[in-house]
Amino acid sequence: MSGVRLRVDRVACDGRGFCAEVAPELIRLDDWGFPIIEQGVISGHREADAHDAVELCPKLALWLEEADRTGPSQ
Amino acid sequence: MTPTTAHRLPPRSRGGRDNGGGAVARLLPDDPGTGPGLGDHLARHGDLPSDLESNRWRESLTGEIERSGLFGRGGAAFPTVRKLRAVISQPGLAVVIANGTEGEPASQKDRALLARAPHLALDGAALAAKLVDANEAIVVVHRDVRGAVDRAVDERRRARLDKTRLRVVTAADRFVAGEASAVVNWVAQRRPLPLAKRTRLAECGFGGRPTLVQNVETLANLALIARHGATWFRTQGTSEEPGTMLITVLGAVERPGVFEIEIGKPVADILAEAGELTSPPQALLVGGYFGQWLPGEPSLPLPFSARGLGIGLGAGLVFALPTGSCGVAETAHLTRFLASESAGQCGPCVFGLPAIAEQLENLASGHVTRMEDLKRWLVEIEGRGACSHPDGVARLVKSALKVFARELVEHQRGWCTGADQQPILPTVHGATL
Repeated sequence: MSGVRLRVDRVACDGRGFCAEVAPELIRLDDWGFPIIEQGVISGHREADAHDAVELCPKLALWLEEADRTGPSQ
Repeated sequence: MTPTTAHRLPPRSRGGRDNGGGAVARLLPDDPGTGPGLGDHLARHGDLPSDLESNRWRESLTGEIERSGLFGRGGAAFPTVRKLRAVISQPGLAVVIANGTEGEPASQKDRALLARAPHLALDGAALAAKLVDANEAIVVVHRDVRGAVDRAVDERRRARLDKTRLRVVTAADRFVAGEASAVVNWVAQRRPLPLAKRTRLAECGFGGRPTLVQNVETLANLALIARHGATWFRTQGTSEEPGTMLITVLGAVERPGVFEIEIGKPVADILAEAGELTSPPQALLVGGYFGQWLPGEPSLPLPFSARGLGIGLGAGLVFALPTGSCGVAETAHLTRFLASESAGQCGPCVFGLPAIAEQLENLASGHVTRMEDLKRWLVEIEGRGACSHPDGVARLVKSALKVFARELVEHQRGWCTGADQQPILPTVHGATL
C-alpha cells in the first residue's frame, strides 16, 4: 500500500474543526480554528483516520490523493 | 508607418544592445524616436518567422525556449518551457492568457512594457497560442495601458498579422488579481479571486480548457527568442538566469522608474540606473511586496540574480529604504496592506494576516508585542492558502525580522532609531512613482 496524502480545499473550509477531533494525529487547529494538516504520506491505521476526517467534514473540504500523484498541493 | 529618418535602426536590428553599465535595450526601445506602433516595432525587431503552422516549427521553437533557459517574469520564476509543455501535452483546444495585471502597487514594469513595446508582448502571446494549439489569446492589462494595447491590437488586425484572435481585457485592481488562477477566474467569471485548485490550469483552466498563463514580459522574451534563438538570448544574463529583466526601482534614488537590466549585474549598477542614491540605503526590498528585505550596503556589490542574492527576484521591484526611515514601520504598513488585500477566502489568511499586521504595528509603535506568537504564526500560515498570498507575507515579514533585528530590539524597548516613521511604499493601485 503506497498510502495517501490528505488535502484541504482552503476556500471551502470554514474551520468547523471536526477533522482535528477524529484525526488528532494528522490534524491540529491553529489559533483561529483552521486545520494544520500532516503533509507527508499517510498509511496504516492513520489512513483510516484520514478517511474518517474526509467523510465527516461538513463542508466536503477534505480529500485524499494517492501518494504517488503529483499535483497542486493545497 | 515605416521608418524613414536616418537615425532609425535598420530592420533585423540588434536585439540586445548593451549600453554600458547595467542597462540594456532588448524589450524596451532605447531610442526615443521609436514609438509603440507596428511600423516601428517591425523596423526594430523584424517580422516573426512565417512557418508558424508546422509541427517542426513548434518543436524547434519549444527546443529553443528550453535551451534559452527563459523563466517567468511575473514573480514565480518558473521555467517557461515546462509551463508550455504542460499545456501542449493536453488534448483539446487550449487558451493563452497574457498576464499584464500587475496588481502590485509599486511595480510599473508590465505597464511600461505594454505602453512602450506592446507589439512585442502581443507577438509573444500569438506565438504561445500557436505553440499550445490555442485559437485565442486573452491579454489582461492594467487599465492605465488599456488604450495602448487596444491600439496595438487594432493595428495588427488591420495588417492581418495574426491568425490567433487577440482579446483585450482590463485587469481587476487588486493585489491577488495577478495570481494565475485569479486571472483565469477574472476573465471567466469576473471574480478576481484565486481558485482552490484541485486540478492544474494546464489541464483545466479557462472554460475547462488547457490554459497557459504567462506574464507579458515573459511573452515578449519568447517573441525575441523566436526571432534570434536561444544562443542569442543567453548572451545576456547569467548561465542560470539568462536574459534581461524589467525592474522598477524606487526609494532612495534620484529618478525612480522602470529599467531594463542584465541579470547578474551588481546591485549598485542596477540602482545607478535610477540616478544617484539620495541616501545610503539602509536596506533593500527586492522582489516586491512578496519579496524580501536585504541589508543595504552589504548587498550593493552582489550580483542582481536569484542566485547572487539568495532570494527570488519576484516581479523585479527594487526599493532602497532611505537612511532615517523605519524598516519596521514600513513592513507593518506593507503587511497591513497585504492583509487588507486578502481575497478573504481562506481562514489562515483572513485571520492570520491581520493578527500578524497588528503585532508588527505594535512593534513599530513601541507597544507590547507577542513576539513568540508572531513567529509561530509566520510558520503556521505558510502553504495554507488557495494561493500563495499568506506565504508571501510570511516571507516578507521573516526577512524583516532578520534584517531589522537590531532595530527590533530597540523597538521592543520602546525606541525607534528612525527619524521618520512615515511609510514610503505605495499601497494605492496605479500609484505613480
